Amino acid sequence: MTSTFRTTVRANLAKPEVRANFYRAMDGLMTRRLDQFPDKAELERLRTQSMAIRANALSKLPELLETLEANLTRNGIQVHWAETPEQGNQIVQAILERHNAKSIIKGKSMVSEEMGMNHFLEALGIECLESDLGEFIIQLDGETPSHIIMPAIHKNRVQIAKLFHEKFPDIPYTEDVDELTQMARRILRDKFYATTVGLSGVNFMVAETGTLCLVENEGNGRMSTTAPSVHIAVTGIEKVVESLSDVPPLLSILTRSATGQPITTYFNMISSPRKPGEKDGPEEVHLVLLDNGRSNIYSDPELLATLRCIRCGACINHCPVYVRIGGHSYGTVYPGPIGSILEPQKAGLDVHGELAQASTLCGACSEVCPVRIPIPSILNRLRYDGVRRDTANTNTVGSGKRRTLSEAATWKTWAWAATHPTIYHAGSTLATHFKGMLPTNLGAWTTVRSAPKLAESTLHQQVKNLGVDHE
Amino acid sequence: MPPIPDTIYFFGTCLVDLMYPQAGVSAMQLIQRAGVKVIFPPAQTCCGQPAWNSGYRDEARSVARAQIALFPKPIPIVIPSGSCAGMMKVHYPELFAGQADEAQALDVANRVYELTEFLVDVLHIELQDLGEPVTVAVHTSCSARREMGVADKIESLLGQLSNVQRVEHARKPECCGFGGTFAVKEPEISAAMVLDKVTHIRHAQPDRLISQECGCLLNIGGTMEKQGDAIPHQHIAEFLWERTSMASTSLSQRTDRSLSVVEGNTTEGTP
Ligand code: SF4
Repeated sequence: MTSTFRTTVRANLAKPEVRANFYRAMDGLMTRRLDQFPDKAELERLRTQSMAIRANALSKLPELLETLEANLTRNGIQVHWAETPEQGNQIVQAILERHNAKSIIKGKSMVSEEMGMNHFLEALGIECLESDLGEFIIQLDGETPSHIIMPAIHKNRVQIAKLFHEKFPDIPYTEDVDELTQMARRILRDKFYATTVGLSGVNFMVAETGTLCLVENEGNGRMSTTAPSVHIAVTGIEKVVESLSDVPPLLSILTRSATGQPITTYFNMISSPRKPGEKDGPEEVHLVLLDNGRSNIYSDPELLATLRCIRCGACINHCPVYVRIGGHSYGTVYPGPIGSILEPQKAGLDVHGELAQASTLCGACSEVCPVRIPIPSILNRLRYDGVRRDTANTNTVGSGKRRTLSEAATWKTWAWAATHPTIYHAGSTLATHFKGMLPTNLGAWTTVRSAPKLAESTLHQQVKNLGVDHE
Repeated sequence: MPPIPDTIYFFGTCLVDLMYPQAGVSAMQLIQRAGVKVIFPPAQTCCGQPAWNSGYRDEARSVARAQIALFPKPIPIVIPSGSCAGMMKVHYPELFAGQADEAQALDVANRVYELTEFLVDVLHIELQDLGEPVTVAVHTSCSARREMGVADKIESLLGQLSNVQRVEHARKPECCGFGGTFAVKEPEISAAMVLDKVTHIRHAQPDRLISQECGCLLNIGGTMEKQGDAIPHQHIAEFLWERTSMASTSLSQRTDRSLSVVEGNTTEGTP
């Protein structure tokens, strides 16, 4: 059976232009990251430190979330808990209704994508406007992000120029990146002031101070969180860190890993709504904390490392599979290596378990991950969960659902042969003797490769034919 | 620095056994030439990696357990493959965690060396190049590079050969797309990866492609062949033996040379 994933992959592999866009972009990102870490020892030290900060936060997640809520509330930020995306959307809807808001302006937020917020709100007749340039572009084209940091990375300059010209025919055609950016800025600028509710994501939440930290480059995040009179932040429950001093190391490794920037253009720290006498800032600040399967991941010590992720996208930038198939092929909100471990855990192995197979386990992702998430090990664990029989011993959603009788039987036979050397070697000897009769068409393998050629005689035979002594 | 052992175990891997036996023979010859006795336990089959990577842990464990029993002496186990070495060194401890035979698995893991690592770090092999000038491109397997961290060993071995010039190709550290069952489960993605890899290697115009991993060689070599105009490829062991012994590349001639490999005991009785 051909799955949706396979069908999309096939379609996307057949688009040379898209593949070239990815290849070019990823090469640039890899070089820029490398340039940021001239001292390898320093990089490794920072990775260990960052991993420790995240691991520490997760080790006391429930307690830190309580502290966070208490401190945010004390600061005047209203905290909402959502177990499911639907609940999250309803919370946002209720806030909008209270303010009679018919539109919302959004900064970049992958969690809002996870919630399908635009879709949900638009169905209620509420206009959602993406103000991040990349998000703005893909929204114009009716697409979803193909990367968590650079949502429109699959498009090149000419494609974007054409898109703008099609959507804004009154504005003269240009392929100049600066002019295109200015054009988007002008369109968005007025909206910031005309809209009552702004929305953003969150990069780190500091429990000890009740602070929301937001990293961004375009200033749209700052506009979304300050110009409208209501600001709603949405994020996953795992984004908490214990103390303020945890933030600088994470921030430093985040920007350098993500886009190869030594420092971000804007770093926002939101600690309260506008106070009496202050000139700007929203009058109300809300935080929606989404679970969506995260506490289930949290309950498994082997899978917990998934939640260390700081969403830098470095694993995606370095993934040889992602670079060929592009983000949309995954059919999920988070693509690439992080998506391949996170999405099957969130939605279940029966739904997205196939993504755990879409990796050669080459380890390029874990080699760059700033918080040292052992992505290949987690993929291996998910593959195991997918086909295991003793599903009573695991929490992973959809465990055992990928087990098929025929595959299980194949591995059983294989294990039987490989534990009976006489039979195993008789088989390989036969194979080498009758190699002329072996099929030359091995399905998928031989579409681009010639069939593997068996040697005249096996290594076992050669060792034996040399007449060596047994020990 | 570990001392130079008197005797080692050799684990040939199933791909070497069936497709590239000359790589195994050459590897053992290189080790013997340095005065080290080689034991080749004849009951060895497969390290268990295919099942492990496919999620079939019980099956992987039973196969791995059978291999562990073949290496009882406290001597190094040398493997001419980064991924099989990685399986035994990195994944056996995971596979046997909490099992009755965890200690034996850890003991085996601690004694595993990937071949180039063993030649450089343990044997301190000194090579004298007897061959004609040649240019080579190197492909390091991802497991040798990342899991085992030994990517520099193949380079330093080649660096000892005075008439061998290394040429660099684009995106050298990138995976060739083999990934064991990945090439079968995701054939289209795998094909896209290996075709790019072949393009980069061809662009560098080497006389030969050298790797320490037969899986990658099978993938890249098979693709070059199918696309026509293949660059000859060789396992590093075979290449080193050829360069330093002036052995002919013909298999029959080479195996006629006196190779005294000691076969170890099998668990099933000796054949
Ligand atoms: S898994 Fe690691 S590399 Fe990938 S996005 Fe998360 S933090 Fe970054």
